Amino acid sequence: MLSLTCPCCGITAEETEFTPGGEAHLTRSGPGSSDSSYEAYMFQRKNPRGVHFERWRHAYGCGKWFIAARDTVTLEVFGTYPAQTTEPPAEIVTQIRARRPDWTPEPQGAA
Amino acid sequence: MSHRLASGGRLIDRRQPVNFSFNGRQMSGFAGDTLAAGLLGAGQTLLGRSFKYHRPRGVVASGAEEPNALLGLGQGDRFEPNQRATTTELFEGLAATSQNHWPRLEFDLLALNNLVPQFLTAGFYYKTFLWPRAFWKHVYEPVIRRSAGLGEAPGPRTRDPDRYEQIYAFADVMVIGGGIAGLQAALAAAESGARVALWEQSAHWGGRAPVDGIEIDGTPAEDWITATLARLAAMENVQLRLRTMGAGVHDHGYVLGYERVSDHAPGDDAPRHRLWRMRAGRIITATGAIERPLSFAGNDVPGVMLASAMRDYLVNYAVAPGQEVVIVTNNDDAYRTALALRRAGIGVAAVVDARADPAGPLPQAARAAGIRILAGSGIRKVKGGRHVKGVEVCAIDSRGVAHTAQLDCDAVGMSGGWSPVVHLWSHCGGKLIWDEGGHFFRPDPARPPLGQDGAGFVLACGSANGDLGPVLGDAQATGCRAAQAMGADGAASDAGRDTPAEMAEMEPVWIMPRAAEYDLRAKMWLDFQNDVKVSDIQLAAREGFHSVEHAKRYTTLGMATDQGKLSNINGLAILSDALGQPIPATGTTTFRPPYTPISLAAIAGEARGPLFQPLRRTPMQDWHDAHGADWEPVGQWRRPFAYLRKGEGRTAAVNREVRNVRTGVGMLDASTLGKILVSGPDAARFMDMLYTGMMSSLKPGRCRYGLMCNENGFLMDDGVVARLDEGRFLVHTTSGGADHIHGWMEDWLQCEWWDWQVHTVNMTEQFAQVAVAGPKARHLLERLGGMDLSREAMPFMSFAEGALGGFDARVFRISFSGELGFEIAVPASQGRALWARLMAEGADLDVMPYGTEALHILRAEKGFIMIGDETDGTVIPQDLGLNWAISKKKTDFLGKRGMERVAMQDPDRWTLVGLETLHGTVLPHGALALAPGHNANGQRQTQGRVTSSYYSANLGCGIAMGLVANGPDRMGEVLDFAGPKDRIIQARIVDPVRIDKDGERQNV
Repeated sequence: MLSLTCPCCGITAEETEFTPGGEAHLTRSGPGSSDSSYEAYMFQRKNPRGVHFERWRHAYGCGKWFIAARDTVTLEVFGTYPAQTTEPPAEIVTQIRARRPDWTPEPQGAA
Repeated sequence: MSHRLASGGRLIDRRQPVNFSFNGRQMSGFAGDTLAAGLLGAGQTLLGRSFKYHRPRGVVASGAEEPNALLGLGQGDRFEPNQRATTTELFEGLAATSQNHWPRLEFDLLALNNLVPQFLTAGFYYKTFLWPRAFWKHVYEPVIRRSAGLGEAPGPRTRDPDRYEQIYAFADVMVIGGGIAGLQAALAAAESGARVALWEQSAHWGGRAPVDGIEIDGTPAEDWITATLARLAAMENVQLRLRTMGAGVHDHGYVLGYERVSDHAPGDDAPRHRLWRMRAGRIITATGAIERPLSFAGNDVPGVMLASAMRDYLVNYAVAPGQEVVIVTNNDDAYRTALALRRAGIGVAAVVDARADPAGPLPQAARAAGIRILAGSGIRKVKGGRHVKGVEVCAIDSRGVAHTAQLDCDAVGMSGGWSPVVHLWSHCGGKLIWDEGGHFFRPDPARPPLGQDGAGFVLACGSANGDLGPVLGDAQATGCRAAQAMGADGAASDAGRDTPAEMAEMEPVWIMPRAAEYDLRAKMWLDFQNDVKVSDIQLAAREGFHSVEHAKRYTTLGMATDQGKLSNINGLAILSDALGQPIPATGTTTFRPPYTPISLAAIAGEARGPLFQPLRRTPMQDWHDAHGADWEPVGQWRRPFAYLRKGEGRTAAVNREVRNVRTGVGMLDASTLGKILVSGPDAARFMDMLYTGMMSSLKPGRCRYGLMCNENGFLMDDGVVARLDEGRFLVHTTSGGADHIHGWMEDWLQCEWWDWQVHTVNMTEQFAQVAVAGPKARHLLERLGGMDLSREAMPFMSFAEGALGGFDARVFRISFSGELGFEIAVPASQGRALWARLMAEGADLDVMPYGTEALHILRAEKGFIMIGDETDGTVIPQDLGLNWAISKKKTDFLGKRGMERVAMQDPDRWTLVGLETLHGTVLPHGALALAPGHNANGQRQTQGRVTSSYYSANLGCGIAMGLVANGPDRMGEVLDFAGPKDRIIQARIVDPVRIDKDGERQNV
């Protein structure tokens, strides 16, 4: 059971206090978009071994959504940050690069 | 025969005899005994029959690793099968029974399995159960199911009367294992200033050291243990727990502990088990090591035990395994047992040592004590069936065709070396390395499980770390290291100095003798509990099961309740040998929690019965309860299905309620409906995105029905929206959907449109709501006074706020029954009084409450859809003929893109219609409409299904709604529906609106 820190209220809590929301930083594909872009938005999800960005909601706490950057294999958490962003903040990227020098952020919006 | 010695036994109190029974036979032991010690002390060595072959089995080990001594404990409601005798503390009146034999333990007819050599070998189930098919039902199922197994489950009517609880705890440093290494590590960490928790699974501190005669600081280990415990107990930052097993190490330092609070003292007021949910900064595993059996023919005959277990029974409980014992070993440690037996006056026929020249200090001491040592030898086979009668010895490297010596004995102590207990290290991803000197896997300090900060959070020390010599120095350093990682760097006192005897190198022996022929290999047990033999693993390897995970599942090695604590290393050594590769190349199977089985009741804790799930109650719940409510669960709510009058059945009550709403006036408790307030400058814009219809054009004071879809375009929720003023909307959701829809709104507002100024509040429980419906509804409400409820002042789909009969009311002029209808919302605190007032005022109007079933029937008579009946997560609004509720003007709303997909535009989609059987009967709910032809699986093609079906008392016939391919274009057509038992029911496609097509009744 993971232990996560909500960046909105600052509380570190058990995984059961949060609800997961899947891959973060998706770009919504609305009316008129191509089938392939809509398909990617709805159904294609990354499932990496390693660095991953996930949406979590502090459902049994402050109710806020946030994003956790973590390693899906080692379970390291590089950091959490509020959901109001389209890409990982620079300090999170720095945190990850410090521990995973080989990792490069993917261009966003390519979902 | 095993027996109790006249003196000795460090853990027993001879002044306190304890009476217990085994298979109804009265026996006696002492306080401090385990059940296994009590049984052996009473001379009972035969304890059960094996899983497949029904071979006689007795105690092998002395602790959690025991594979054989599984017994049924207790009676009636407290009966539990498969309880380990070696970890069960004896108490007065304990009743134990043996398992898996028929008809008796001593005389088991099913032992015939043992006589057919090819029966039940590796992969037997896969090879045998294929065909002929009829054999499945008539032979394999009944016979083999009956023959194979362990204990039987308690009776279906029994109910566990005991109490179980859970507790959360936190520690900087969690030490698991209360042997000398764990005590030392805990002391060092605590002295450094860390908050420390120390758990020991057994009822005693100190582990093996006192049994092995270890000296610490020049005195017996017992003295050091007592002193160290006193120091720990005096520190405020230390929690000590006996009888608490570290069951599992999980992500980020989460540890589950299983405390057997009162298993040993039944009748106490205490809970029986307690589950500890610990978050620890660092975890030290000081879990010790487990001795490995040796694989020789007949190594499972009762009387054959681990050499270390013999020593435990002897020193701790003064129980001797027999009168004359043979020790067989490949290492020096087993000589401790030979010497201890000799000191206790038990005969030691010989030590059979696989090594050519055992010359360490312990073998020398044995020689000096006059114990015969047969070097370079192994046991060819054990003689005896239900008990050891002797052994045949042969050269260790031979095929074992003939013996070199025969020894009479009634017990055999075996030692194949030691395996560190690495389970807890491995649970959360810690990796292992093969130790070339010790021939075991031990934790690889370079690859520990990682915490959220990326640092290793588990440290191993003592023999759990592969240190089979002195341990205290390393344990002290480990304790300090763990504390320092948590920022506690106070000074710790020096470590104790433990001085165990020097050990000469061991020599691995995986098969004894090493070149043993087949007949011997087929009697060498690896996994005692699952009856897996050396020959089974070799067969699996020959048949291509090369991966250790495959070989495990094919043979069931290590899959029993002991999870292969004794068998796994021996098994994978034999697999490696068969594959001609080194052991580390084969690797281990995965270690999974829990370390030993824990009770399901402990996992449930207090969450059973009424505490299993919170119950949500409306303010009127007690009134319903007092007036015949027949409850139905709706999410966490309970709603009245119908109100049964005295002597009235369910159907009659429902029919009465349904008729009453169409002819008089009925009242429904609608408080469970979701009520979410959406407000802010961008509220209207947000509402237009949430709903398929246009909500921004709704005028304050008016209501509008709306649909919500997910991004697939599938219908998710529906309800009436009221615009309170320019910037505030009140969203009504379905009863089950309120929390989900509120979460859905927040998701979009927080994660997608975070620059929109919108605020949402889920006010579902703040308001009580009563639906008043029927031709006399206005008449009833006007009696309360205070608000103008006339058609002119409050037209259909409007609402008003005011003081209705003195209540703070918001009255909505809406209808889900098609009748003249009002819904009155009041603060929750006024709900009960409003309900009672309406019932009183309406007494002469024959007002009646109606339940959810009447609600369903009334809406179905009107062709109104119900989320969850007409929708199932694959239905778009267009399928339900709700195109009118989808805006064509809006450029975007949630689900719009999904509806643009080709499949959603398909003209042949199943679409909503009404259905009526040719004879007026009720169609089965969910029945499929059949189409000509069959599909690839030989099943009939289908062209629709029933989504709702009821008996309508108002129409006097069955009514149904359903989705049918091209349905609305096929009015009048008769379809075949599949009924129960292949019966065909014919029904005609009709208009789903069965009453008041033009909506005149609700508009008066």
